[in-house]
Amino acid sequence: MKRRDFLKSVSGLAAGAVLPAAPSVISSARADARSETLLIVSEGGPNNLDIHGVGTNVPGYEVSWNCYDRLISHEMKSGPGGVPYYDRDKFKGELADDIKIDDMSVTFKLKKNAKFHDGAPVTAKDVKWSLDRAVSVGGFPTFQMSAGSLTKAEQFVVVDDYTVRVDFLKKDRLTIPDLAVIVPCIVNSELAKKNASEKDPWGLEYTKQQTAGSGAYKVTKWTAGTEVIMERNEDWVGGPLPKIKRVIWRMVPQAGNRRALLERGDADISYELPFKDFQEMKANGKLNVVSLPFSNGIQYIGMNVTKPPFDNPKVRQAMAYAMPYQKIMDAVLFGLGNPMFGAAKDKATDVAWPQPTKYFTDMEKAKALLAEAGYANGFETTISFDLNFAGVNEPLCVLVQESLAQLGIKATINKVPGANWRTELNKKEMPLFTNVFSGWLDYPEYFFYWCYHGNNSVFNTMSYKSAEMDKFIDGARTAAATGDKAAYDADVKGFVDLAFADVPRIPLYQPFVNVAMQKNVTGYQYWFHRRLDYRAMAKG
Amino acid sequence: MLTMISKRLMFAIPSLIGVVIVTFLLTRALPGDPAAYFAGPAATKEAVEQIRKKLGLDKPLIEQFFRYTNDLAHGDFGNSLTTGQPVATEIRNRLPASAELTLLGLIVSVVIAIPLGVLAATRPGSWIDHLCRVTTTAGVSLPVFFTGLLLVYFFYFRLGWSPAPLGRLDVFYSAPPTVTGFYLVDTLIARDFEAFRSAFSQLILPATTLAIFSLAPIARMTRASMLAVLASEFVRTARASGLSPATVIVTYAFRNAMLPVITTLSMVFSFLLGANVLVEKVFAWPGIGSYAVEALISSDFAPVQGFVLTMAVMYVLLNLVIDILYGVIDPRVRLEG
Repeated sequence: MKRRDFLKSVSGLAAGAVLPAAPSVISSARADARSETLLIVSEGGPNNLDIHGVGTNVPGYEVSWNCYDRLISHEMKSGPGGVPYYDRDKFKGELADDIKIDDMSVTFKLKKNAKFHDGAPVTAKDVKWSLDRAVSVGGFPTFQMSAGSLTKAEQFVVVDDYTVRVDFLKKDRLTIPDLAVIVPCIVNSELAKKNASEKDPWGLEYTKQQTAGSGAYKVTKWTAGTEVIMERNEDWVGGPLPKIKRVIWRMVPQAGNRRALLERGDADISYELPFKDFQEMKANGKLNVVSLPFSNGIQYIGMNVTKPPFDNPKVRQAMAYAMPYQKIMDAVLFGLGNPMFGAAKDKATDVAWPQPTKYFTDMEKAKALLAEAGYANGFETTISFDLNFAGVNEPLCVLVQESLAQLGIKATINKVPGANWRTELNKKEMPLFTNVFSGWLDYPEYFFYWCYHGNNSVFNTMSYKSAEMDKFIDGARTAAATGDKAAYDADVKGFVDLAFADVPRIPLYQPFVNVAMQKNVTGYQYWFHRRLDYRAMAKG
Repeated sequence: MLTMISKRLMFAIPSLIGVVIVTFLLTRALPGDPAAYFAGPAATKEAVEQIRKKLGLDKPLIEQFFRYTNDLAHGDFGNSLTTGQPVATEIRNRLPASAELTLLGLIVSVVIAIPLGVLAATRPGSWIDHLCRVTTTAGVSLPVFFTGLLLVYFFYFRLGWSPAPLGRLDVFYSAPPTVTGFYLVDTLIARDFEAFRSAFSQLILPATTLAIFSLAPIARMTRASMLAVLASEFVRTARASGLSPATVIVTYAFRNAMLPVITTLSMVFSFLLGANVLVEKVFAWPGIGSYAVEALISSDFAPVQGFVLTMAVMYVLLNLVIDILYGVIDPRVRLEG
C-alpha cells in the first residue's frame, strides 16, 4: 500500500466514524404510536414492582400506584395554579362501588366487573388476602398500615364474595385515608399464591418482577436500571379508560441530558432536575413546568437536644435567628419553595401545617441570645447532610456555615453518603443537620406524631421529648377521631406554638416538587406521593 | 501451546480466590447499613432488624462468607437489592452492552491511532508527528464525561444529527432476539436493518467518546515502538537491500513493533471496560460499569462482588488471549511457554 493511499483510507475511516447518523425516518405508524405513548425520563427507576416487597424504592411506588387498584382513592380538586390536586378529605371508590362507614367499621362493596390483568375476577377474598399481606410482610408496608391503626389480619373480614369489612381497633381519623395510600393495593391472590413458596408465603418474589393487579396499566417489560414499559389495561374499571396507551419510562442518569431530551422534544416528561434548570425552562417558556409545594413537607435544620450546646433552648433560638433564610430561598432554591420563616409578629397561629415561624434572620438577636446562654464566643460543631440530595443540601449547609461563623460558631460540614444517612439518623448522634420530612397523610397531628412525639420515632431526629408536647399531640389525635373540633384546634395550635418556642428543629421552607413536560402533555395531577399518575394524562 | 494455556489457567486460580476473599471483606467494610437503607424511609428499629434478618446480615461474617462461596459454586451471584434482580442475570445482560461499546470504541481508536503512530514514527518532526502529539494530548487530557457531554451537546442538542442519548436503541424499536448480546450482530441475524441502523447510530457518539480517550496510549506506544524498531539493524539491512519503504515498514518493522502495542491494547481494553462508567452514565447506556457504581453507592454487596469477580475473570482470560497472540506474532515467545 502506498503511503498516500494508506493515509487516504485512514482519513476516510476517521471521517466515517464521526459522520452523523441520518435522522431516523418516522413512519406514520410510528408517529401514531408516539402520540399515544408517554416517554418519561428520570434519574432512577424502580427496584421492585411491588410496594409490599423488601426495600421497594420510591420509583417503585409509581409503578404500584398505576398498575394496582386500591379500594378507594381521592377525589381531585383545583390546586395552586389550577393544577389538579388530590383532595385530602374526599374519597371515591376505585375497586369499591359503595363505601359505608359505621362507628367501628367500614364496609366496601366491590365492583362486580373488576378483573385482574389475567382475567380473574377481583373478589373479597383477594382484598382480604392483600390487606392481610400488607399488615403481615413487615418493613415499610406494615409500618405504613399501622399509621392508620391497621395492624391485624383479623380486622379484614370477608362478608360475601363482593363485600369486605374493615374493623377498627380504635377510633382513628387516619384509618380511611390510610386505605387510600399506595400500600393497601389489591393483589391477584390466586396468581400470587400459585407462585408462592414456603419461604415466601406472600409470593413477593413473583410480584417483584411482574405486576399482578387490576390497575389501569400493567408492566410488559422491565429492564432494571434501564427502562420500564407499561401498557394500558383495556378492561380497567377503576375509572375512565386512560388516554395514554403505552408508557415508556427510561432511566437517564445525566440531568443535563434529561433537559436536552426535553428541550429537543424527544422526551415528554421529567422530574428530578436541578432547580436552576427548572427555573430556566420556566423562563424560556418552551416547556410546561409545574412547581407545587410538598404537601405536609418541610426542609429543616435539626438539632440534637440531648447534648450541649443544643440542649439549651436559648442556643436553639439563637440558631433560628442566625439562619440565612432568604439567601437559601434565592441561591439554593431559585425561588422554588415556600418560605417557612418571618411570619408577622402579631399573626396568630393557624390550625394548619406547615406554617411559617416568626423567626427571621437577625444576627444581633442571635448574638444576644447566645451570650445569654453562655456561648458569647461561640462553639464548635458539625453540620451533616445527605449526599443523595447534595444539589440542595450542600449549598444550603455552606450558607448556614457562613452565617454561623459570624457568631463565632465553627461548624464543620459532614457529608454523609446516601447509603449511610438513615443509619446516622437512627443513631441520633449528629448535633446539627438538615433533612426533609414529608407525610403522605396531610394532617398536622400526623406530622407531629412522627417528628415531635416522645415515642421518639426515627423522624424525631432531634430526640426531642416533652410531656407537654405529647399531651397536645395525643389530644389532637383523639379529638380528630371523635370530631371534637374545639379541642382539636386548641391542641394543634398548642403543639405548633410549643414547637416554635422550643425550636428543636428550625423550619426553613416547604420544598416544591417540580415537573417539566412538553406543552402537549396534559392532565398532570399532584398526589401526596408526588409521583406521576398516568391515568389522567394525555398527549394533545 | 495447550500446556501453556492450562498452566496459565492454573496460575489464575489463586488470584481468583484472592479476589473473592478481598471483595467480600471490602464490601463488608463499606460505610452504610444496607438493612437501614432497604427498610425504607419510614422504618422503625424493628423494621430494620427484620430486614437485616431477611438479608442474612445478622449472621456472623464467616457464616456469611461460606454462604456466599457456596452460592458462587452453584453459579449464584446473589440478588441485587437496588435493581431487585439476580446479579448473574444482570451481568449477563449488561456485559454485552459494555463490551460492544468498548470494542467498537477500541476499534475506532485502533483504526486511527495505529496508522497515526506509524506515520508519526516514519516522519518524526513532520506535521503528522505534531498532529499525533496534539491528538494524543487532547485525548488524554479531556475527561470522558466531558467529551461525551460536549459531543451530545453539539451533535444531538445543537445539530440534531445524532439520536437522543437514550441507551442502545431508539425508544420505539424493540431489541432483537438475543444471540450474542451485541445489538449490531443480533439485528443483522434477525435481518432487522432498521434496528441495526438505530443501534449503530446510538453507538457512534459513545464509541467516539471512548475512542478519543483511548487514542493516546495506543498512538504513543505505536510511535515509540516503531521508532525503536526503525532504528534497529535489521531494518537498516532491509533498506540497504533495496526493499521498498512500504515493504520495510509494513512487513519488517510493523510486525516487530506490534508486541508492545498489543500489550497496550489489552491494558486499554480492560481499563476501558471498567472505566467507561462515566460514558455509560452520559449516554444512559445499560452497561455493567454504571450498574456497579449504583450498587456501590447503595452498599449493595452482591453486584459489587459480582462485578469485581467478572472483571477479574475477564482480565485473566484477556491476558491469556494476549499471551497466545504473542506466540502467534513472535514464535520466540512460544519457546518460553
